[in-house]
Amino acid sequence: MGAATQEIRLKLQEYRSKEILARHGVPLLGGATATTPEQARAAAADIAGPVVVKAQVLVGGRGKAGGVKLAANPDETADRAREIIGLDIKGTTVKTVLVAPAAEIAHEYYLGLILDRATRAITVIASAEGGVEIEETAKTSPEAILRLRLHPLIGLQEHQVRRVGFFLGIPAELRNDFAAVLRGLHAAFMESDADLAEVNPLVVTDGGRLLALDAKIVLDDSALPRHPDLEAMRDLNEEEPSEIAAREAGISFIKLEGTIGCMVNGAGLAMTTMDLVKLAGGEPANFLDIGGGAKADRVAAAFRIILDDPNVKAILINIFGGITRGDEVARGIVEARAGLTRDVPMVVRIVGTNANEAEPILAEANLITADSLDDAAAKAVAAAEGRTA
Amino acid sequence: MSILVNRDTRLVVQGVTGREGAFHSTAMLEYGTNIVAGVTPGKGGQSTLDGRVPVFDTVAEAVEQTGATASCIFVPAAFAPDAMLEAADGGLALVICITEGVPVLDMLRVYHVLKQKGVRLIGPNCPGLTSVDEAKVGIIPGNIHVRGSVGLVSRSGTLTYEVVQAMTDAGIGQTTTVGIGGDPIVGTTFVDVLDMFNQDDETEAIVMIGEIGGEEEERAAEFCAREVRKPMAAFIAGRTAPPGRRMGHAGAIISGGAGTAESKRTALEAAGIRVADSPSHIPQLLRDVGVR
Repeated sequence: MGAATQEIRLKLQEYRSKEILARHGVPLLGGATATTPEQARAAAADIAGPVVVKAQVLVGGRGKAGGVKLAANPDETADRAREIIGLDIKGTTVKTVLVAPAAEIAHEYYLGLILDRATRAITVIASAEGGVEIEETAKTSPEAILRLRLHPLIGLQEHQVRRVGFFLGIPAELRNDFAAVLRGLHAAFMESDADLAEVNPLVVTDGGRLLALDAKIVLDDSALPRHPDLEAMRDLNEEEPSEIAAREAGISFIKLEGTIGCMVNGAGLAMTTMDLVKLAGGEPANFLDIGGGAKADRVAAAFRIILDDPNVKAILINIFGGITRGDEVARGIVEARAGLTRDVPMVVRIVGTNANEAEPILAEANLITADSLDDAAAKAVAAAEGRTA
Repeated sequence: MSILVNRDTRLVVQGVTGREGAFHSTAMLEYGTNIVAGVTPGKGGQSTLDGRVPVFDTVAEAVEQTGATASCIFVPAAFAPDAMLEAADGGLALVICITEGVPVLDMLRVYHVLKQKGVRLIGPNCPGLTSVDEAKVGIIPGNIHVRGSVGLVSRSGTLTYEVVQAMTDAGIGQTTTVGIGGDPIVGTTFVDVLDMFNQDDETEAIVMIGEIGGEEEERAAEFCAREVRKPMAAFIAGRTAPPGRRMGHAGAIISGGAGTAESKRTALEAAGIRVADSPSHIPQLLRDVGVR
């Protein structure tokens, strides 16, 4: 429960986002993906003209990192692909490139749709300063950004489409094309259950065409059960293996850099536990919400995921029983621990439902127990440093 | 007094025969909540929970037959939006949705429809609320409370229990504790609940438990500075959460940098509200502002 669980959202790669937008009539230059220089060469041969080779990674700033390069012909394309595939961009190794026709750009725009929590509405965000991150524009020249709230029940209206077009200064002869882009982006947003759908940049080419050159769609995880086709677009190469394993076990997990593994029920309490580890002078190794009603199997999976991180020197288990029963977690801890290949000191604090029944189980297993959360955090930090609190 | 629910609340539970619905309805009955009906389509005419609660096929029928005034929803996420709309169409003025994982675009529609109808929605993805010794609606453990004069509002589940327990252990009782839920779109915000506590005669002080993300805490701080004259204390979870993972693209644009634990803490402190470093410090902060 809580906000943290929904923040691990599914971001789609550029080529996937473009596939979706193309289905909704957004004009763009498709191209093909390649995982080897030879495939890139073949893709360029099909295009028969200058191409751009683009690393398919989810981190920003791939252009500056050398992940986007122009090529005049198939041979050059293979060379550029060879340089980009395998490149490390902010910790992600490039596995796939998109080979797309190159465009001569006359003007760039930003066009996005987001779900705005504050107004509880989908909001159009538009700027005539495309090609840069919208957050950057928001900082440097907020007046250059139009925010337009869509009606939550009737959605995007034609007068709104016109207004955005006029704001951006779309040339008169391209206004119909622009309407198709915005309507298509909106339809894609609604049908995919997106949190964010953006085209950046949307360009007018030297030849006077309006095209989506880059696209990004971020999905609402809660809606994924009704979109198996979109779930299949998840790029596992971009995710921590431990985070993939956690998702499969029904656990919310985010890997961090510290030494104290945390296992907690509830997102807010999990964040609080991390905060108190820090307050006690330690660093949390992860965020982990084991979810409501956790039993032995999920506790065991959580242990494996936490201990898979070699930095972990101690584990802090904090369970406030409500739906979750303390004695079931305690038994799960003891059972799972017996099957572990690596052992580290464990500090366990169980309160709430069936906490009294949990006590003897934990005492017998020789686990370090704690009465309060502050006490548990202090003991975990001490244990990670090889001393007793 | 208390807010939102009390002894007069006549509760219908949607999804009463499901695993979660049955378990928590039993706990609610034990607490003393007046559950007058359950709804499970296709099981109308039966009774459940040892014959204590009649089951109806529809909310409308349950309301007509029992005079129910509020609903608590335990149905699975795929059916929860429809259940919320059914509760509103059935004429209920208060709907509490416990269900986790409701798609956001569904919530967008449900939120605005219920708002237009004047229905008070709490949640979804929330633990519910307890008016101590009067009624408990949802999944907050009843035994952590003791009756007193402090109102509590929180976006979290188990973190709420942690704070309530700390208060109870210190001998500081509560009027009502409300979990508003952590989803991007929830029916009731901090400001809504703070306003209710502010107007409740019996609530003498207020505790607010926030989390990083969004800017509801900042808005609440503004509201408190302007309207609330009762002593307050707060806690914000997530000081150590990694920013890139928490703050989506969208939030960053709209809020222009708000949403971090620091920004929330600064906003609250600017409104004269002290923010605890640990949930266990909340009782002392309350003592410092005069709570006995």
